[in-house]
Amino acid sequence: MEGLKILVLAKQVPDTRNVGKDAMKADGTVNRAALPAIFNPEDLNALEMALTIKEGCRGATVTLLTMGPGRAAEIIREGFFRGADDGILLTDRAFAGSDTLATSYALAQAICKLGGVHLVVAGRQAIDGDTAQVGPQVAEKLNLPQVTYVEEFLGLDGDRIRLKRRLEHGVETVSAPLPLLITVNGSAPECRPRNARLLMKYKHAKTISEIQSAAEDYLHLYNDRPYLNIQEWSVNHIDTDPAQLGLEGSPTKVKKIDNVVLQSRDARIIPATDEGIEEMMIELIENHTIG
Amino acid sequence: MNHIFVYCETANGVVAEVSLELLTKGRKLADQLHCKLEAVVLGKNLEGCERLLFPYGVDVVHVADDPRLDPYQTLPHASILIGLFREEQPQIALMGATSVGRDLGPRVSSALHSGLTADCTSLEIGDHEDKKAGILYKDLLYQIRPAFGGNIIATIINPDHRPQMATVREGVMKKEILDPAYTGVVKRVDISRYVHPEDFVVEIIDRHMEESRVNIKGAPVVVAGGYGVGSKENFRMLYELAELLGGEVGASRAAVDAGYASHQRQIGQTGVTVRPKLYIACGISGQIQHRAGMEESARIISINTDPEAPINTIADYVVTGDVAEVIPRMIRYYKKNTR
Repeated sequence: MEGLKILVLAKQVPDTRNVGKDAMKADGTVNRAALPAIFNPEDLNALEMALTIKEGCRGATVTLLTMGPGRAAEIIREGFFRGADDGILLTDRAFAGSDTLATSYALAQAICKLGGVHLVVAGRQAIDGDTAQVGPQVAEKLNLPQVTYVEEFLGLDGDRIRLKRRLEHGVETVSAPLPLLITVNGSAPECRPRNARLLMKYKHAKTISEIQSAAEDYLHLYNDRPYLNIQEWSVNHIDTDPAQLGLEGSPTKVKKIDNVVLQSRDARIIPATDEGIEEMMIELIENHTIG
Repeated sequence: MNHIFVYCETANGVVAEVSLELLTKGRKLADQLHCKLEAVVLGKNLEGCERLLFPYGVDVVHVADDPRLDPYQTLPHASILIGLFREEQPQIALMGATSVGRDLGPRVSSALHSGLTADCTSLEIGDHEDKKAGILYKDLLYQIRPAFGGNIIATIINPDHRPQMATVREGVMKKEILDPAYTGVVKRVDISRYVHPEDFVVEIIDRHMEESRVNIKGAPVVVAGGYGVGSKENFRMLYELAELLGGEVGASRAAVDAGYASHQRQIGQTGVTVRPKLYIACGISGQIQHRAGMEESARIISINTDPEAPINTIADYVVTGDVAEVIPRMIRYYKKNTR
């Protein structure tokens, strides 16, 4: 298929896998400043799959779409460094407080606005929520079929695509028609590293907000090299029903957040010595826990 | 109207374990809310499935028995649930947080514009007062789950939209027959009312299902390793101890991510929940997501170089030391004292 238009959904997330002791403030709220912001890992698998599909397909393009605060433009640059052709940052206070459904709605409206997308590729889930809901919800909003947990791209046959899915207890090979939305599993090939040439080319790529706060000497750069302009879309760039956006458009509400309070059992401290361990094993054997 | 619905996952006529666990929980919630518990069973070879389901306290079984519904495909199952829920207006809808439920749930919730909470570790009924709007919501479903890397536990509610949807992992709720003589009614679902030919556009070419060889869920002893075990080689000691004690090896998510153990062995919110007689946590710090999958173990031993590891607070025995030194001693003194 010529001119295949691929859109990758990516999210910048706090790195919850490496949470240190300073991750929580004394008042029990999350200390976001202590957590590095990273490209959501499975979205990198998604980007790799999109780039792989693009390579086998003349005239194909990969566009990255992310929703988030201004600094999420880092995600777009990271995508450029690895081979994405274009990127859009969807950013607006109107999206603040969105749950998965309101997020999906905004993303779906942006994809509609972009138009002509044949394949939407998203990571299975983001590590800050682990919900795996945004992919299928965007598919439903766009009225597209979905193929989740994709592990391997097997080939394009005209306007159909063959994919291998990783399920809990096995694998499934499917053939699905385009247009389509797929979510990519962490077991799919890892994303290629940054390309040195692309890094040089795109390191100054910026959104309009970033350009405005940059030193004036550089401004000519963005007129001379249009590819350095990262598209920044506000709520006004897409057609939306305000009732479906942000906090108001989110059916789920957080009623309360509890700090994790550990209730101590009466723990016995066992010395890691021969005597200590032997005593513990004898006790467990005698009270029939083991043996 | 406004009852509790549980989507029952099936494979070749067999209802999934997680669905029976959710029916058990659903029955308790239905008693609290004084409403009915209804099961939706879609698949093939389902003749007589109601006889299995009624004893869990199911009042209505909606059955669609059609070869096109097994194996599971997103669009036909979603179309049926969306159509059925529009007519029946359930107040709560539950499904397993399996590769099926996590594919289906969001699709259905999006179409119905209802809230969905994934991977709940607890479900309760309670009220909510929206002070700003001056509204008191009675008897909402509290959907409780760890969030943000396990540093917090969030209680999520859906005040204004129905059904209140939640997914729950296998093993989190306990399966329990209410009454072997309990009986309800069977309603045949006429799927032609909901399913359209274009729902079958995705074609399954091939399927390989493997029976899970690992049975951590039923093991009386679980020897679980975390990132602190340090290497795949060190994990071998865990297998040796587990075999000796007639148990199985489990792992934390960090250990699975590091490649020390396969995903099937992952214990916690996004893995398996276990309740063994003895849980031996080796080099596991014990974030809430992990504890959600093991804290109901009868006895817990924590082996960790960090005396402040969070898991120590729920352990019965705390051994502060290196796993690579402690495990061989446990093996030695078990053998010595059971001879």
